[in-house]
Amino acid sequence: MTDATIAAVHDREAAAASRRHFVSRTIIYALLTIFAVIYLAPLLILVFNSFREQPEIAQNGLIAFPRSFQLKAWAEAWSTYCIGGTCEGMRRNFLNSLWMAVPATILSTLLGAMNGYVLSKWRFKGSEVLFTLMLLGVFMPGQIALMPWAFLLGKVGLTNSTYGLILIHVVQGISFTTLFCRNYYVSIPDDLIKAARIDGAGFWRIFRKIILPLSPPILIVTVIWQFTGIWNEYLFGVVFTSGREQPITAALVALTASGTNVRAYDVMSAAVLIGALPPLLVYFLGGKYFVRGLTQGAIK
Amino acid sequence: MSSLNIRNLRKSFGAVEVLKGINIEARTGEFIALVGPSGCGKSTLLAMIAGLESVSEGEIRIGDRLVNSVAPKDRDIAMVFQSYALYPTMTVRENITFGMESRGVPKPQRDEAVKRVAALLQIEPLLKRKPGQLSGGQRQRVAMGRALVRDPKLFLFDEPLSNLDAKLRVDMRTEIKKLHHRVGKTTVYVTHDQVEAMTLASRIAVMHQGQVQQFDEPQVVYDRPANMFVAGFMGSPAMNFIPATLTTDAEGKPAVSFKATGGTAVLTLQDGISPGAAGRDVILGVRPEHIFRYSHELKASKKSIASVDAPVEMVEPTGAETIGLMRFGELEVTGRFDPDEAPRMGETITLGIDMSHACLFDPVTRNLI
Repeated sequence: MTDATIAAVHDREAAAASRRHFVSRTIIYALLTIFAVIYLAPLLILVFNSFREQPEIAQNGLIAFPRSFQLKAWAEAWSTYCIGGTCEGMRRNFLNSLWMAVPATILSTLLGAMNGYVLSKWRFKGSEVLFTLMLLGVFMPGQIALMPWAFLLGKVGLTNSTYGLILIHVVQGISFTTLFCRNYYVSIPDDLIKAARIDGAGFWRIFRKIILPLSPPILIVTVIWQFTGIWNEYLFGVVFTSGREQPITAALVALTASGTNVRAYDVMSAAVLIGALPPLLVYFLGGKYFVRGLTQGAIK
Repeated sequence: MSSLNIRNLRKSFGAVEVLKGINIEARTGEFIALVGPSGCGKSTLLAMIAGLESVSEGEIRIGDRLVNSVAPKDRDIAMVFQSYALYPTMTVRENITFGMESRGVPKPQRDEAVKRVAALLQIEPLLKRKPGQLSGGQRQRVAMGRALVRDPKLFLFDEPLSNLDAKLRVDMRTEIKKLHHRVGKTTVYVTHDQVEAMTLASRIAVMHQGQVQQFDEPQVVYDRPANMFVAGFMGSPAMNFIPATLTTDAEGKPAVSFKATGGTAVLTLQDGISPGAAGRDVILGVRPEHIFRYSHELKASKKSIASVDAPVEMVEPTGAETIGLMRFGELEVTGRFDPDEAPRMGETITLGIDMSHACLFDPVTRNLI
């Protein structure tokens, strides 16, 4: 008798609790969905427009559900579209960006790893001060360095050249890569280094055989960070290069500014997507490791 | 020749002097323990022997060679770390051979050496594993294997057992002792555990505040501690310190007197000890195992036993023995009793104190008299 009443009361409470739970879950998921749509909408519109035919875009507007389908905008954007008199599409600028971002990423990551190794495992008098100074670079906006770079590139004859941009991105990137690697290497026990020194290993051998094999998580983080940053960088590209030498971010602006009468939204969409694909791919392939690398220490 | 000779060694970090003139020597094949509380400088001393810390002043000689400014890899030493410091990305085999590889030892020789050491430490089945796949005890063995494989002049151990659980620690302690017996290498072993130092070492250096307090054989350190620090540090439960005054007993023999519960206790000193004039203040040091339940048979068999009455305040049975806390005036005194003779709480017990093992200290200098 009493048991039944108690059970009934509990059932009522349990039912109310599960109702509340259901309602709060629904609200949370609804909000998340709304935000996801907001963030994804531009990408979706671009993808749609890159496959729609230009007359249909003109007729139904830029934001509309596709009623036509074509692949030719992609081909045109890649190799034949005319920007400022040359009709080579984005291909050359895409390759410029690749030829700039890949070496600059590799070099800045390697230098960051070496800096981090020295600053965490071979400390010397003043190494902490040096590290603090390097950290300033993390917070320094790129435009501050515009004039000095212009001067320097002029002196060494690297203006309007991908090599000049590589140099800039390597130097500008070292602060970040050093910070990432140094903080990661700090968690590697010093005893490992001591043991290796007693074992007869020197500076480079310890770096190659002990530090680097422990580094993949943080190297993935710095590579993703550097590659997306360098690929998406616009200011230096547009200031220090022109025409055929421009990276794709700078060329995209030239594309929208080119003086043809009709705005070719289909080609522009495809061109923008071509410019956005590498960082997106890098993120899709390595994003999982990015989060893991940032949160995990060196030694489990 | 693989002796170790340390003379007047000093180390300062900035204005802080952490080692203040250390003198220690280890004969070839000897097992030396450096023991002391944390911060006493023992690990710094070991790091200096290894060459991982620079020498501020003084000399370190391995064999006949002055090694003050010789790089760690050229000192012909091997070290086992508290954290084991196994290279996490290498297999056990690679861990063990890394040192030989760095020195350019050819592969057939390396394989031969791994085989020998793996057999000695019984780690053959583990050779292909990574350190992350090993238990604490197995890691410990691998770390020792890495040290053994190079056949160095000097072995250095830095608290190698303190990361193991209690039972394993005792097992590994025995194994280290056996290993040393078999290999016969000069060894310096740092520990904060006085039992490890007692059981393993042929000589113990007790360190405190950057100085060697006493450097002697374990039993001497235990029986005749050089000062009150050593006396208090070695042994658990710690030695009892009872402030007392020199006097003479009823027969006119030298004795000590102190305030016990219910009157003054006078304990006759062992024959042959003449610590000074009557009236001098001293500290009487008695180890808990030299305090027991008094009986006439005991007294008859051993003349050096004195007796004191004391109320029992607390009893802690541990199984093998029972620890009793007794009140001597304002002091609490610890005794180790056979469980069959254990005191009961609240009882006033007549205690026998074996004065042949008692120590006297100067209350001012705190040194052994």
